[in-house]
Amino acid sequence: MTLEQVEPTREALVVAITGGRGVCAHLNTLGIHVGDRVMVVDRAPFRGPILLEVHGSRVALGRGVARQIEVEFGGRRVTLVD
Amino acid sequence: MRVVLVGQPNSGKSTIFNAVAGYRSATANFPGSSTTYTTGRVLLTGQELELVDLPGLYSLSSVEDQPGVAVRYLFDESYDVIVNVVDASRLGRSLELTLQLAELGRPMVLALNMVDEAVYHGIEVDQPELGAELGIPVVATIGRRGRGLKELFRTAIQTVWSDRRPPPTRYDREVEGAVERIGTLLGSSSREISLPTRLAALKLLERDPHVMERALAPEDSSLRLQVHAVVADLQNVHGWSADQVVSGSRHTIAHGIEDRVTTLKPPRPGLRERLNRLLMHPVTGGPLMVAILGGFFYLVYGVGQRLEEPLVGLFDQLRAALGGWAPPDTFVGALVGAVVMGIGGGVAIVLPYLLPFLLGLAVLEDTGYLPRIAYILDSFMHRLGLHGKSVLPLILGYGCSVPAIMATRILESERDRRLTTALAAFIPCSARTVVIYGLVAAFVGPLWALAIYLLNLVVVATMGAVMARLVKGASPGLILEIPDLRLPMARTLLAKTWLSLKEFIVIAWPLLILSSAVLGILEWMRADGLLNSLLSPLTVALLGLPAAVGVSLIFGVLRKELTLVMLVQALGLTELAQVPSMMSTGQLVTFTLFVVFYVPCVATVAAMAREVGWRTTGAISALAVVLATVIAVVSRIGFALAG
Repeated sequence: MTLEQVEPTREALVVAITGGRGVCAHLNTLGIHVGDRVMVVDRAPFRGPILLEVHGSRVALGRGVARQIEVEFGGRRVTLVD
Repeated sequence: MRVVLVGQPNSGKSTIFNAVAGYRSATANFPGSSTTYTTGRVLLTGQELELVDLPGLYSLSSVEDQPGVAVRYLFDESYDVIVNVVDASRLGRSLELTLQLAELGRPMVLALNMVDEAVYHGIEVDQPELGAELGIPVVATIGRRGRGLKELFRTAIQTVWSDRRPPPTRYDREVEGAVERIGTLLGSSSREISLPTRLAALKLLERDPHVMERALAPEDSSLRLQVHAVVADLQNVHGWSADQVVSGSRHTIAHGIEDRVTTLKPPRPGLRERLNRLLMHPVTGGPLMVAILGGFFYLVYGVGQRLEEPLVGLFDQLRAALGGWAPPDTFVGALVGAVVMGIGGGVAIVLPYLLPFLLGLAVLEDTGYLPRIAYILDSFMHRLGLHGKSVLPLILGYGCSVPAIMATRILESERDRRLTTALAAFIPCSARTVVIYGLVAAFVGPLWALAIYLLNLVVVATMGAVMARLVKGASPGLILEIPDLRLPMARTLLAKTWLSLKEFIVIAWPLLILSSAVLGILEWMRADGLLNSLLSPLTVALLGLPAAVGVSLIFGVLRKELTLVMLVQALGLTELAQVPSMMSTGQLVTFTLFVVFYVPCVATVAAMAREVGWRTTGAISALAVVLATVIAVVSRIGFALAG
């Protein structure tokens, strides 16, 4: 599943970043790498950005960016029917 | 001795710089508030230091199309010591940059900044332990309170004298092997790269396009292939792209250090956290934003009105007194009258609105509310083909278009920068705000002024939506750090407002007085009529305004405030309050709308040309004139129909 589908207040483990080199590098600089735990704090209405907490700082990611981040819960991959 | 302040965005470099060198460098509580570097000279412990405040950078690798100002400076300029400013509450992430800076092999000191913030978040850093881990001196600082800064620079000077350089970071075995192999390859190449070999090798592994260009000559294809082979080997071993391997490895090392040197206590959820929840909450966030921005508008209006009246009265008395001494129909009288008008226009008309406006904007900037607006408006901005980060330059545009256009540099893609620059030029800056407040809010009513702002927003939004479809490419999407909310420091707010105000006082005001004098002489020679009649097809025939507004519009190209002050003089009046006797409500609104949209001022045009080139600038300016004319004509027709 992607980060876009994670419900607020849930924590997830980043397993892959499918975006291009630029997106990867930019996320890296904000402390988001494969293997990092991120917590979804909020999802803005009207398909607005997703607010994350990662290593103690808050980062807002647009939906398009969030869709490029593959996550799973606690080591177990969750398949979501949507 | 040259000291460079380097750190990630919003780590407080500029605050430290300003605390020692005087308020000179723009600070705000959001990433990317400094876009160019600022230098200052200070005398500390008997040693003259040249301080360089570099714009914030997350990493030495270039994410963007161009290497940033900071990276270029660090690679190519000469300096004696790096002061790496890190936010103690974001230690792990900040150390990722520290580890890269260490590879530059220059003397380096770590400023562990915002330790008070870290304590608030329940984070305690073992400073000696951190120093031992990194092999460089560490000094705890609180930049905005000036704590630890003397100690910081004293340590920096000592580090230069003892020539203590940071040890390189040890990555995992495969990375180290690859770095060594590339190092050997580079050693055999004759190309001068002016970077430590180890750093160049790491950056080549990360496939940094700028270091590749620097280190690998296009004609030397064998070197190129050999380096690629090393990169491919590393990728095969790890199953990741090499840049992710290096960056991931650095991430692990940095967070390992963080884990070893910090102790965590559960933070107490304070008032600040609760306020933050409200401001960003899906339900309350939007309405609160409207309330905050609306309140800001009314506050500026209220304060401005209260200041304006007594000041205008004072200058009217002064002019009346001078009129008796030098009658206005003599040359000296005309000149003196015009100069007093210019001085008075600045003090009595412009300053009352400019001052509360700039102060209010400084509060919005320093509390860290602006990135929250970007978060709330992201989905709306996507409809304009941009993303939330573009909101920051646009809001700064309400202050002045020049910093707004420079702030477009925080955007990742060329396309977004161009689009946002075009839109930012149309946002009414504080000078145009002065016209909106001074003419429309004062004589037609504050709701009308608000309507002009809303109309402007609708026009800007429509333009954005149309242009985004015409310009190729897609916006990369929002990736924005949301800084903690902070209580602004009164001293910083005042210093910052003063810095912007000084811009008005030393550049705009003399221009205002000079223009006023020129107009006075033109009027005395009866030459203003010629200019007015040249412009009359536009002003009179098309817009239905008095012919006399022509000259004020011409001067408005220099500075938009001039249109208002010169209008009074051009209409042959002595004070602003008499304007409604010469212009109807419809004319006031039409004139203001034209002023809001027509050609950006000279300074804006220059800033635009620097960022997007003359061709685009020309196109934007031409569009502005057409748009202003169309909107003003529609307004005229609207008022005529409404009677």
